[in-house]
Amino acid sequence: MSILKLSATELGKKIRDRELTAVEATEAVLRQIREQEPRIHAYVTVDEEGARKRAAQVQAQIEAGTLKGPLAGVPAAVKDNLCTKGLKTTCSSNILYNFVPSYTAEAVANLERAGAVVLGKTNMDEFAMGSTTETSAFGVTKNPWDTERVPGGSSGGSCAAVAAEECFYALGSDTGGSIRQPSSFCGVMGIKPTYGTVSRYGLIAYGSSLDQVGPVGKNVSDCAAVLEAISSYDRKDSTSIPRKDLDFTAALKADVRGMKMGIPRDYLGEGLDGEVREGILRAADVLRSLGARVEEFDLSLTEYGIPAYYVIASAEASSNLSRFDGVKYGLRAEEYEGLHQMYKKSRSEGFGTEVKRRIMLGSFVLSSGYYDAYYLKALRTKALIKQAFDRAFAEYDVILSPAAPTTAPRLGESLKDPLKMYLGDIYTISVNLAGLPAMTVPCGRDSKGLPIGLQLIGDCFREKKIIQAAYAYEQSGEGRI
Amino acid sequence: MAKIISDETIEYVGILAKLELSPREREEAKKDMGRMLDYIDKLNELDTSGVEPMSHVFSMNNVFREDVVTNGDDREQMLKNAPEQKDGAFKVPKTVE
Amino acid sequence: MSRQYETVIGLEVHVELATKTKIFCGCSTRFGGAPNTHTCPVCTGMPGALPVLNRQVVEYALAVGLAANCRINRYCKFDRKNYFYPDNPQNYQISQLYLPVCRDGWVEIETSAGKKTIGIHEIHMEEDAGKLTHDEWEDCSLVDYNRSGVPLIEIVSEPDMRNGEEVIAYLERLRLMIQYLGASDCKLQEGSMRADVNLSVRPLGSDRMGTRTEMKNLNSFKAIARAIEGERKRQIERIEEGRPVVQETRRWDDNKECSYPMRSKEDAQDYRYFPDPDLTPVVISDEWIDQVRRRQPEMQPEKMARYQEELGIPEYDARILTSTRHMADLFEETAALCGRPKEVSNWLMVEAMRLLKEKEQEPEDMAFSPANLAALIGLVDRGVINRTVAKTVFEEIFSGDVDPERYVEEKGLKMVNDQGAIERVIKQVIAANPRSVEDYRSGKEKAMGFLVGQTMRAMKGKADPAFVNRLVKERLTK
Repeated sequence: MSILKLSATELGKKIRDRELTAVEATEAVLRQIREQEPRIHAYVTVDEEGARKRAAQVQAQIEAGTLKGPLAGVPAAVKDNLCTKGLKTTCSSNILYNFVPSYTAEAVANLERAGAVVLGKTNMDEFAMGSTTETSAFGVTKNPWDTERVPGGSSGGSCAAVAAEECFYALGSDTGGSIRQPSSFCGVMGIKPTYGTVSRYGLIAYGSSLDQVGPVGKNVSDCAAVLEAISSYDRKDSTSIPRKDLDFTAALKADVRGMKMGIPRDYLGEGLDGEVREGILRAADVLRSLGARVEEFDLSLTEYGIPAYYVIASAEASSNLSRFDGVKYGLRAEEYEGLHQMYKKSRSEGFGTEVKRRIMLGSFVLSSGYYDAYYLKALRTKALIKQAFDRAFAEYDVILSPAAPTTAPRLGESLKDPLKMYLGDIYTISVNLAGLPAMTVPCGRDSKGLPIGLQLIGDCFREKKIIQAAYAYEQSGEGRI
Repeated sequence: MAKIISDETIEYVGILAKLELSPREREEAKKDMGRMLDYIDKLNELDTSGVEPMSHVFSMNNVFREDVVTNGDDREQMLKNAPEQKDGAFKVPKTVE
Repeated sequence: MSRQYETVIGLEVHVELATKTKIFCGCSTRFGGAPNTHTCPVCTGMPGALPVLNRQVVEYALAVGLAANCRINRYCKFDRKNYFYPDNPQNYQISQLYLPVCRDGWVEIETSAGKKTIGIHEIHMEEDAGKLTHDEWEDCSLVDYNRSGVPLIEIVSEPDMRNGEEVIAYLERLRLMIQYLGASDCKLQEGSMRADVNLSVRPLGSDRMGTRTEMKNLNSFKAIARAIEGERKRQIERIEEGRPVVQETRRWDDNKECSYPMRSKEDAQDYRYFPDPDLTPVVISDEWIDQVRRRQPEMQPEKMARYQEELGIPEYDARILTSTRHMADLFEETAALCGRPKEVSNWLMVEAMRLLKEKEQEPEDMAFSPANLAALIGLVDRGVINRTVAKTVFEEIFSGDVDPERYVEEKGLKMVNDQGAIERVIKQVIAANPRSVEDYRSGKEKAMGFLVGQTMRAMKGKADPAFVNRLVKERLTK
């Protein structure tokens, strides 16, 4: 079997067992990147030299017995909004076209401690704002299942790279569905952990109160292992939460007997593609047959998630992105007169349309006279949405839903109507508002041959529940694509 | 009731956000923002009286660091990214006076 | 001027706290250092960097709040104040708007008109900005982030002051209080204490507020007094001419003694405050407040009263001795060692103050140890040296913190108590000055002073003048 077909943990085991080396795996995947990139364009930066050097170093440590663990020597890709020391980090934006961080994001540092070989930085929607990876300043990423279609976003590069075997796993980030939706479109798996589980230190912020880093992988075991590796209590991130239950691989048990699962009735209605609906209900049947109790219920407030999200995320983004000003790093306009024009020109040239749109909206909702009506209203709505989930999790262990209303749309279709694109995040967005963990697992394909994604949502700090349920479903083989 | 975003509003927000829009971008921004705000007005259907605004999902508090120097000098690394620099400082267009 | 006007003044005072590190990162707050050498990703606004609050900043804010009789907000938060300026690396300043750490306090001031209470509206914590310098050669500005992120508290007063004298008294009160707490050195010239003046005028007797202006760039008490006078006149003139006062921020130019508006159209003053999602709330418990309260030192007004009542120090002296925490500590520690508070007071009030003036130094610069001053007082008490010698020894202590016992020993400054030796000298002096002896005997009392002086001089001052006086008199009347 080709090395590329192996999952991350399978490869890790072979490296541990001396059947393969990190160097061989890295060479194989670099070859695949060279072959696939012209077709997929999953990466913004491929660090061939760095990856080779790192692979040799990691291999030596493994042989010396100083590096153990399931991911040692396994090549991985990192979304380009995670800072990597000495390696260009752009957020797929012109404004950071040449930015080389002086430090490494904590999540990536954790991976490196686990022996990861970082191959490069994956493409994304500019500053993670978008659902298609088409807002990247460095070209669109294509869906490996159909290169006429988008991979989803914003972690489209990470998901496409995993799907096209251009890495064994990847890190993404998820502010409103940016791991789960592209995982769904690309037929891979991804977890957005409970807010505070993975350090945000070094993650270039979009919506600080919503952003979380998470794994994208080929199977549930890989996702659990990667999440275990990147999770940590980090004193450099004030919103990091000390947890004792970060041994996510302990939940890899194919057993859902007695688990209570709910499907929000409001998620199955208008706007949901018929084939996706069928796919989700089929998956529910499978879980039922495995011993879970699955029923529909009313979650309520579904339609308020998106407007609340766009107020909160845009407001935070407008402030988070004000540091990109042409003073300290990145793009500075070539011609300007005076300080304020330097700011305006640098930012206007550096940011793309979607980013500007959200900065404008965010600045407006925070501006004098509107703060209460928009921002505080959205934070109150957020509180109500959290309460709705609290009520649901008093009843259910896991909530099942589609990860997206459709399978992957054609390139260029979504950007025509931003509001419509925003509506595509309807099943994923509330999860970020409520800080919950959630995961996407493939559950078959539609008649076009495109993967459908099942979303499993857990209560706060209950990643293990969704990992266990996802693992049971995966082991049944019914969702295989 | 569609929101009408005036030229003045776009101009004002542009000053706040330090963005300079082309005439075309400006027209689009007016339209987009109007539509988004209409959509956001949906929140007004919800009765949120008596609901505390929720900034953080979890009630974490008192996250501190101790008053101990931990950072060294990172200047050279940092200045490598500066669009313009002089004498170890970031160079910018003249500010006041 | 046709009408009488009342000036209404409120102050926003920024104080740099004396922490070792910045408010949100582990960079040193030490002054000096080449540009940008006390920086890290956090205080230079690097992408992805996150702030973590320095606990000591809250401690100091609480200490100041309690000393200023404030109500402590048990639940306080940090907000972002959004505005673009190059000294502000994130283009937002982390500050507190909605729930500041302290509210509703007061301090008492004393002016020539008597005592008065000035209300404190709030105290909040925030980060300082970096430093901008103008480069003449290239006509550009240079940004140094060494000061970026240094912790500040901003103390916002109520508009309770009516003239420059009250403003200066209020600032002195705050400075003394904060220095006593050790929370800051509060030096206006060095910028560790900065005051912005909000001023409006209204017809005397009116209870409506006039339109106010905010004045910045006031670097000394004198500048503040001049700026208040200048702005008061400017506003009254406008009103008299029928032109309204515009609410604006003005920059005071102390050289030209006038102010001018600071902002342009590009500075819409709309800061879009919202809670910083990167920081968690600070919850302040009763225990924490008690802890801070227990650690509060005795403050200046109480100390001054105690010196007068318990130690019998006159009011004027007590005021000077307590004018800085350092001086008071020096006084108390020395007095505790030698048990002679009045003596210690005399040395500090007379000799130390004289030397400070001579050397153009501040009381904080006094670096000698209480033990050495106590030892000096002991030497005088025991009659080992006389006062004149003691003064020269004190100068050595003041400038070089020398051990007086060793110094006196080494330099051979001990008093001669041997009556025979003194009498031998007197004999020589009398022999050498027959005119003076004659003068004395013919009734010119003054002549004896001359002879005593000559004797002391011959003995290089190492004798008790009173004793010499007695012996000379005895000799002359023999």
